[in-house]
Amino acid sequence: MQQFEERPLLKVENLTKQYGPGCGECSQPGRPGLIKNYCPSCGTVYACSDVSLNVYPGEILGIVGESGSGKSTLMQCLYFDQDVTSGMLTIDDPELAGENLFDVSSQRKRYIRNHKYGMVYQNPVKGLRMDFSSISNIAEKQIAAGGRHVGKMQSAGERLLDVVSIPLFRMKEEPRNFSGGMQQRVQIAKALSNDPPILFLDEVTTGLDLSVRAAVIDLIKQIQRDLGISMIVVSHDLAVIRMLADRTLVMLNGRVIESGLTDQILEDPNHAYTQQLVYSLL
Amino acid sequence: MGYVAVKGGTEAIEASIDRLKYERLKGGKQVEVSAILSSMRLLIDQVMSEASLYSPELAALAIKQAEGSMEEAVFLLRAHRSTLPRLYYSETVEPERMAVERRISASFKDIPGGQLLGATHDYTHRLIDFSLLDEKEEERNQWMEQYEAELSALEKATGDGTYPKVVEYLRNEGLFESFEPDNTEPDDVTKNVFQFPASRSERLQILTRGQTGAVTALGYASLRGYGQVHPTVGEVRVGQLPITIPAHGGEDEDDSYYIGSVRATEVESFVPMPSKGPDGKQELRFEIGYGICYGQNETKAIAMSILDQCLEHPGSDAPPHDEEFVLTHVDTVESTGFISHLKMPHYVTFQSKLDSVRNTRKGRDGHES
Amino acid sequence: MRAEPQFAFLDEGSKKEIRRATLKAVAIPGYQVPFASREMPMARGWGTGGLQLTCSLVGKEDVLKVIDQGADESVNAVSIKKLVQATTGIPVTERTEEATLIQSRHRIPEIPMTKDQILVLQVPMPEPLRKYEKKESITKRLHAESEYSGAWLMLFEQIMKYGRTTTGADHPVLVNGRYVMAPSPIPRFDNQKMDHSEALILLGAGREKKIYAVPPYTEIRSLAFEDHPFKGEDFSGKCCRFCGATGVFLDELYIEETGVTEYQCNDTSHCADRLERQGEKEVHHATV
Repeated sequence: MQQFEERPLLKVENLTKQYGPGCGECSQPGRPGLIKNYCPSCGTVYACSDVSLNVYPGEILGIVGESGSGKSTLMQCLYFDQDVTSGMLTIDDPELAGENLFDVSSQRKRYIRNHKYGMVYQNPVKGLRMDFSSISNIAEKQIAAGGRHVGKMQSAGERLLDVVSIPLFRMKEEPRNFSGGMQQRVQIAKALSNDPPILFLDEVTTGLDLSVRAAVIDLIKQIQRDLGISMIVVSHDLAVIRMLADRTLVMLNGRVIESGLTDQILEDPNHAYTQQLVYSLL
Repeated sequence: MGYVAVKGGTEAIEASIDRLKYERLKGGKQVEVSAILSSMRLLIDQVMSEASLYSPELAALAIKQAEGSMEEAVFLLRAHRSTLPRLYYSETVEPERMAVERRISASFKDIPGGQLLGATHDYTHRLIDFSLLDEKEEERNQWMEQYEAELSALEKATGDGTYPKVVEYLRNEGLFESFEPDNTEPDDVTKNVFQFPASRSERLQILTRGQTGAVTALGYASLRGYGQVHPTVGEVRVGQLPITIPAHGGEDEDDSYYIGSVRATEVESFVPMPSKGPDGKQELRFEIGYGICYGQNETKAIAMSILDQCLEHPGSDAPPHDEEFVLTHVDTVESTGFISHLKMPHYVTFQSKLDSVRNTRKGRDGHES
Repeated sequence: MRAEPQFAFLDEGSKKEIRRATLKAVAIPGYQVPFASREMPMARGWGTGGLQLTCSLVGKEDVLKVIDQGADESVNAVSIKKLVQATTGIPVTERTEEATLIQSRHRIPEIPMTKDQILVLQVPMPEPLRKYEKKESITKRLHAESEYSGAWLMLFEQIMKYGRTTTGADHPVLVNGRYVMAPSPIPRFDNQKMDHSEALILLGAGREKKIYAVPPYTEIRSLAFEDHPFKGEDFSGKCCRFCGATGVFLDELYIEETGVTEYQCNDTSHCADRLERQGEKEVHHATV
């Protein structure tokens, strides 16, 4: 596991996202007074509390937790869909060196999303324009990243559609005519189209048939192998995480309660909640 | 008589305007502005409300000039308003001081002060009254004399015409939250740019100026299910609101001039909404949807109260909860103007589109790859 | 109750506010400045944005020209002229070079305008991203972040579907390398006239309550992909049936009597001007 000795590609330190003003009770280190993620004295909810994580080049980091654990909020914050309350985000990239990316202007955040990030949402409606052709959907991301040559973007889009096994004769069709699994594959192709160093996957297999789900998971593995993209995979389903992630964070009530190599966590879970998760898997 | 689009525009317009005048006069009879004033009360009310200019005389004149067209009459008043300097803002109008002519509550049978039906078409049977075809002046006068005699006997008993608000009664019970009066200056949408998200004062202004039909349609849509607001009408009141302006250089802060009164319809709708109690627990609490407009126009004011409440809760996907959807589409001058602009020539734009359409066909016909 | 008419209709306070918005628009080329659009005695959608600009700018020394779809004598152009004249008393002209202020709907005159002139364009839909995103609060943000993928995407989709872009009038432009702007529904043929225009170009949308500007000598580029260059309407091989002009925007006419399609100048005053000069030549020839 030589890769973990490298510098992290993406580094998050003490990310906190709270709803409410916070008070003397819940602002103390460790936030001891919280009931789950809720402060009984001021009513503040901590969707994410002091989350820190590293993503290394080429690895898949899994984030697992039940709904309400803060994993989706965490991903939305990293993708700038939501603003954080406090925390630090750095990306090891000459263009972004030394900046806390949570603090930069919204124009700059847009640049990072367009050039450095890919995102696949659970619901394809969020990631795709259902009334534009599939090839245009893929081009949208390339355009956002500065693409201005139709021919080049079209051939790159065709290549990606091929990667995700969408027959090319359907590329001019709108994704609203496609099945859920196909929509998800178009979304993956779109997310990859700007050659992002970092790809986010939010519950991408939830709601798909089992066979379709297996195909999507295979596709993600294949992309990691072939393109070496770093990924953050969020799922409530440990089975999905087991198949995809090299390392895993377990989240509960807005906090990271356990982290390590996925195999390790599965073999020897420490936290009672993780144990429960692992046993339910068997 | 042909109309050549490019040349002879001046002559064509002159001729068209003459023709318009001819259409207005050819019937041989003309209704006097004073007759409109005294007999078209509700039409005048609606014109003033959509024009957001309170002047029954000008509204009556506009109705005459517009040959009774609602949109034209409103338009005339709006355009006239643009030429007038705005000299004063009135002081805050307190609806508790309304001299009430009509006041009902759908929420309570017995409201403090009682229900006052006043003048309403609500309980008339909508049967055409053919007797109005040859209504005799002496019959009218006779009826008026008798009615006024009965009225004067009654009026001695009543007070100044003000009534307490129904909502105060419930507020005293703690079913409504009490708020500190919000004394921030309202944003004037006629003088300043409003942008989304709009302030509540901006929202209420756009709604009260809204086209009666548009406001009603959207309020109705919400009620039917395209929205989540189904209110109970707490109070509808119609009456005269006194208007005052601050006295210039007056020593006393309370010094002000009374400049007249406006008739208005005011509605407070009660809507149960989930909220958080002081202990953080979910509970239900009544909120108020507010509607007000010039003149007597109860449907519009009620619909406005529904939309006010909808816009306070933008969570729903239904169009009546979408601030941009509602506020950009209810203004009569804007909507009728843009619809009617389609009558203007679009030769250049069409020629341009023609060029594009032909280009897409070229390849197919084998003229060009 | 009878009110004396204001010079140029609007009260002075309103004019000042509109001019302030205009100055801001000039300072930020291509940016849509919101303004409290007044009700005018003309219908919204009939050029009230342009009219408010004209009324806020016009002074007693100005000479006004109004064109609608290229024609000075079109009914709506006449109607606007009548209103401005009735409230200001200033002279109007049909000759482009005589005018100091030109209000136009959907055309830029064929004769290049000069630094001493202002062109006011009427705008129905000022938001170039509206077809892509219906909410104003979002498009505003997209402009702030220079996020114009949507405008490009619409062109890309047309190329995918039809093999080429299919925009008619109102083909979006990039102003000064920063803001994507709706040039108003001028034909694509006119887009190039905006680029480094000597004259100040102001665009007013009354119903949508926006003013924006192309200051003199500003770079205007029509959006186009590298391998699909921008093309104006093509009138090659055609000329005006009256004055013989080529290289101008032409109206297409089907002549009932002959059953033939013919073309004539869309810019009527340009055509009349050419005819007049040709006439002078003929007269000149005759006297020699």
